[in-house]
Amino acid sequence: MFGTYLARELFHRRKQTIIVAIGLAIAIALVIVVNSVSAGVRDAQATALQSVYGVGTAVTITQPPAVPVAGTTQRGPGFDFGAGAGNTADGSTTIRQSRLVTGRGSTAFDATALATAQAVSGVAQATATLALNNVSFSGTLPTGGQRQAPNAGAPTTGGSDGAGGSSFSVDTFSVEGVDVAGAAVGPLTATTLIDGRTLAASDLGKNVVVIDKSYATSATLAVGGTLAIAGTNFTVIGIVGSTSSDAATASNTYIPLDVAQSLSTLPGKVTSIYVKATSASSVGDLKTALEKALPNSTVSTQADLASTVSGSLSTASDLVSNLGTWLSVIVLAAAFLLAILFTISGVGRRTREFGTLKAIGWSNGRIVRQVAGESLVHGIIGGIIGIAVGLIGVVIVNVVAPTLTASAAAAKRTGLGGAGGGPGDGSAPGFGQRTAQAASTTNITLHAPLTLSIILIAVGLAILGGLLAGAIGGWRAARLRPAEALRSVA
Amino acid sequence: MYELTNVTKNYTQSKRKVVALNDVTLSIPKGQSVAIQGPTGGGKSTLLHLLGALERPTSGTVTLGEDELAALGDSRLARIRAKEIGFVFQGFNLIPTLSAQENVETALAPLGLPTRERRERAVAALENLGLGDRATHLPFELSGGQQQRVAIARALVKDPEVLLADEPTGNLDEQTRDEIMDLLEGLWREKGLTLIVVTHDTAVAKRAQRRLHIKQGKVTER
Ligand SMILES: Nc1ncnc2c1ncn2[C@@H]1O[C@H](COP(=O)(O)OP(=O)(O)OP(=O)(O)O)[C@@H](O)[C@H]1O
Ligand SMILES: [Mg+2]
Repeated sequence: MFGTYLARELFHRRKQTIIVAIGLAIAIALVIVVNSVSAGVRDAQATALQSVYGVGTAVTITQPPAVPVAGTTQRGPGFDFGAGAGNTADGSTTIRQSRLVTGRGSTAFDATALATAQAVSGVAQATATLALNNVSFSGTLPTGGQRQAPNAGAPTTGGSDGAGGSSFSVDTFSVEGVDVAGAAVGPLTATTLIDGRTLAASDLGKNVVVIDKSYATSATLAVGGTLAIAGTNFTVIGIVGSTSSDAATASNTYIPLDVAQSLSTLPGKVTSIYVKATSASSVGDLKTALEKALPNSTVSTQADLASTVSGSLSTASDLVSNLGTWLSVIVLAAAFLLAILFTISGVGRRTREFGTLKAIGWSNGRIVRQVAGESLVHGIIGGIIGIAVGLIGVVIVNVVAPTLTASAAAAKRTGLGGAGGGPGDGSAPGFGQRTAQAASTTNITLHAPLTLSIILIAVGLAILGGLLAGAIGGWRAARLRPAEALRSVA
Repeated sequence: MYELTNVTKNYTQSKRKVVALNDVTLSIPKGQSVAIQGPTGGGKSTLLHLLGALERPTSGTVTLGEDELAALGDSRLARIRAKEIGFVFQGFNLIPTLSAQENVETALAPLGLPTRERRERAVAALENLGLGDRATHLPFELSGGQQQRVAIARALVKDPEVLLADEPTGNLDEQTRDEIMDLLEGLWREKGLTLIVVTHDTAVAKRAQRRLHIKQGKVTER
């Protein structure tokens, strides 16, 4: 009887069945698409971070720039040219000098922090790097006007003496000092070797460099070539590209850490520590433990860093997490409400019917079951249609495959510790930033994955909607007093 | 069959108390046919609902066989309605989405019979009332007289002790009215039912063994 009655009601009251089912279907489809796209955006963020921080990095440790002490003059990395510097010919002097400086916002700190981090429980692996910028200054100025060249932070054109006839140019590329032992974590793990070889333990102390593919192309460098870093010639031993996209890797160039430290006169210093966790689930605890062990440091998890990813990817992420989530919550609530209101009005319309059934001996339970059964089937039909529409939506997203851009390193270089405005921080503000951005804008194709859990959530919501409407409708039907229900006018 | 002792039923409607039945004491023996007449609002339907275990009296007792109805819970009352009482209504009250046969089957659903037996009994009840060929029709495809026959089949398919009818011929023309009354009388005689019919129609009332009159909640014999 239950089945027959249920089927007859659904069939003869098709309009109601269809409206409620479509309402639920739209909501379910939206939930599927939003869930799937946000999973896709999360994947894309992970990819963007990976190309900068390496594969499997759970936590990075950096240090905010020290606040300059009032009254002391901290010197930025300026260029000093002695009286005899440069080559003088034809009444003008050509000068050229390059220096290795830490990137803007990066602060070098003692490498002993690495050992401290490695001792923290929950750390599987850790490696330290020294992120630097090679800033080359070259220019021509008239002979006789030898003065100190402008600080690199000053405008890059214009003469030193106002006499005219002088011109300067500044060239910057990023240099990352990395552990030659081939760490299992860190920026190089997100790269693939395209040509030559990568750094090996035997390269310790040697002037060898591995170059990013994009930079190699723009600087016309090949394996076996020579690149000057801080005035020292380095042999190009390999070229690497990003594993996750065709974009640039974390740095333009990679050199042995010890070489980087000595050339930049930052012995025993590093700018970042990359940490791999023993368990992905305990990253939060690991962060707390590391913060305790290294109180002066900034400890960032992948989730913290994800918020620093900029570009259209972050716009997409905001869109999905704000608009998408709210839209699906609102539509879902509206669909539930629709199902509930239709069920209540249906029970109201059928008051006499339920009164009659009670009069001929139907128990409350039997009537509640009938009403709830109808709503549940509405939910299931809505769920099936919704899943079908949602699948089509996800397929469309994957066919269209929008390309998102992400700038993760820019955020890394400037986002940590803020821009301290002290005199010491006047180091090449324009250069560091430009380099970082050039090195890290990644194009990622959005792929919306469809997981079983998303479909299970959708099915659960459809059933929940049906049960909710059924419970409320059934409760209304059960509450009807049979004699009064019979008196109600049809 | 029924014993009513000092039964009073009050309703409160917008703070005004309405006395629908006023201190009614009444005995209806098994197998009797009773007609209840009276002016509108007199309390006829209220009395029928009390007899049909749909409502409890405000005071007094209603016993059906061994059961004191006012003392029983909702599910016990539903059980009694399912097994012992057949109801026929003025408006037929068929389920619009179910066929004639399925409507009859709804009366058997609470008894937990196997599907096949339920179907067979429903078909037999319809055939008994001359509707064998209308089993698959929906209510709106049937005439008023046919709908009321389906409703009677639904009331009788469970072989009840009592058949309660509230204006069963109120919506029918004279000829159909007589057909339906002939049918009810025939079934009453055949099955030894206790038949209680509420009616405005003196022609219908005259056919009963006993005639009661209710006015302002007071019952008198005619
Ligand atoms: N649920 C209720 N709430 C309030 N008053 C009610 C209710 N049910 C019945 N009444 C009142 O009780 C009185 C008796 O009603 P009842 O339906 O028994 O009369 P009736 O004799 O069947 O009338 P009719 O011939 O018009 O069907 C009426 O005055 C009616 O207004
Ligand atoms: Mg009445």
